[in-house]
Amino acid sequence: MTELVRTRVPRPHWLLLVPALALLGVVLLLPLAQSFLRSVGAPDLTDEHYTSLFTDGVTMRVLLRTVKTALLVTVIAFAFGYPYAYVMTRVGPRMRAILLVIVLVPFWTSVMARNFAWILILQRGGPVDQFFSLFGLHVVLYGKVSGVAIAMSQVLLPFMVLPLFSALGGIDRRLLLAARGLGSSPVAAFWKIYWPLSRAGVTAGLILVFTLSLGFYVTPALLGTPQQSLIAQLLAQRTTQLLDFEGAGALGIVVLLITLVLVAWANRIGGTVSAIGVVATSGTKEAR
Amino acid sequence: MTTTSEVTAPAAAPARRRSRGVDAVPWWLRLVVAVGALYFVLPTLFVIPMSFSESTTFSFPPKGFSLDLYRNFFTDPVWLTSLRNSFFVAVVAALLATVVGTAAAVGLHNLTGRLARLARTVLMISIVTPGIVIAVVVYISFLKWHLVGTFAGYVLAHAAIGMPFVLVSVTSALSGFDSKLLRASASLGAPPLRTFARVTMPLISRGIATGAVFAFVTSFDEVVIALFLRSPTFQTLPVQMYNSVTFEVDPTIAATSSLVVSAVTVVCLVPLLLGSRRKNR
Repeated sequence: MTELVRTRVPRPHWLLLVPALALLGVVLLLPLAQSFLRSVGAPDLTDEHYTSLFTDGVTMRVLLRTVKTALLVTVIAFAFGYPYAYVMTRVGPRMRAILLVIVLVPFWTSVMARNFAWILILQRGGPVDQFFSLFGLHVVLYGKVSGVAIAMSQVLLPFMVLPLFSALGGIDRRLLLAARGLGSSPVAAFWKIYWPLSRAGVTAGLILVFTLSLGFYVTPALLGTPQQSLIAQLLAQRTTQLLDFEGAGALGIVVLLITLVLVAWANRIGGTVSAIGVVATSGTKEAR
Repeated sequence: MTTTSEVTAPAAAPARRRSRGVDAVPWWLRLVVAVGALYFVLPTLFVIPMSFSESTTFSFPPKGFSLDLYRNFFTDPVWLTSLRNSFFVAVVAALLATVVGTAAAVGLHNLTGRLARLARTVLMISIVTPGIVIAVVVYISFLKWHLVGTFAGYVLAHAAIGMPFVLVSVTSALSGFDSKLLRASASLGAPPLRTFARVTMPLISRGIATGAVFAFVTSFDEVVIALFLRSPTFQTLPVQMYNSVTFEVDPTIAATSSLVVSAVTVVCLVPLLLGSRRKNR
């Protein structure tokens, strides 16, 4: 019988991928390839645009500052993210969903509104300044690397919290109770049992936040100063002000490679790259 | 008793709710989490009181109470044109992203093997690529192709960065999809396209809608690429907001921010509610 109804059972078809790949090709892959070819001086190959990144005296200094800022961002995100993810594993499902939505709020609020708000808060005479002036201190984080880092961490926290939540959620708490029952102190139980078990999630979260913060442009441009510019600002400046497309292409390719390598590493450890997409779209799905 | 509601939770800990003192969440941890929650949510809310200010600077706290900034926004042609540009770019970009993204997700569904994994990774790559790198290479190439400052240029770029969100949400909708239905439909004589329209589509429509909303918001809010693609004759709302902070010191941005934050909150709540309704079905 089934032979008679020789049907075209609709199989998923490779052709369906063509429009998406074409779109990506035009917008991302082809421009990347063009910029790359340009940066190596095709058709006459040269590496001068790459070597000058190391020798021009500016790029490396800015890169170092970017790495320092990214480390600060990562530390702040970890300081809030670890306890936050831990508590998420300890509360009921409803509270957990609320906590997840809260951590995703900055991610889906308007980039410009968020950065404008940080300008208001951190500026001279702003709420932070006023608060500290009660103690006779003068704290203006606007125009400082620390202010930039605080604003960046706020939006990057989901990338810390979600991998951590999935790692911490898988830890059997009875191990801790067992340790306590055998006479261990809470601190020792945490360090000897909980912390090692959470390390994969920790590493994945740290790498993800660090990596994503390397490419931030709007926040340092608005909250920082040109004298303290980060790598993304340098890239923009080379492109639109100096019209040095070869140099910008070379720097862009290097930044992209660093990013991809780090993300691939995080993916290997925590299995969380699609986390980035999931972070964005999941909403409460993850929490239930 | 309390545990039955928590069976589906990923955490393995039993009977968390009424935990004994030995395993309670300490107060200082709750404090850290509360401070964290404030840190995520509170800052953006500062734009709301600011939007009713009478002042012409960014000084905070705002002085007086007026609707001047809203009046500025709704009467200034620069702001209104930017808003209209953003809206139309986002609609068309979201449409394009949704069509190609859905096609790709359906195409990748049930495909395994190295090549399929590679395709999936390539399609997701724009999510991990730093926005500034995309902006720079797109700018350099679009300059040559005469797409800078054009509607088409904005739509293409924004569709490409919105597409991965469609891919993710449709893929997740498809994961609960029974492919035997396709066989059934085909054996009853339906050609593949009709099978898609009548069987697949209705079952994954929520995933498609969610993806479309996220693609819209991604485009509507995108600023880095938009800053590079702007021209004196064509710019989007985030670019005008950027100008108002950097060049103009125009507090109208406070009103704009409040409006955008409210609008995006509503738009983002829709898929969340749709999602939770599906869960409760």
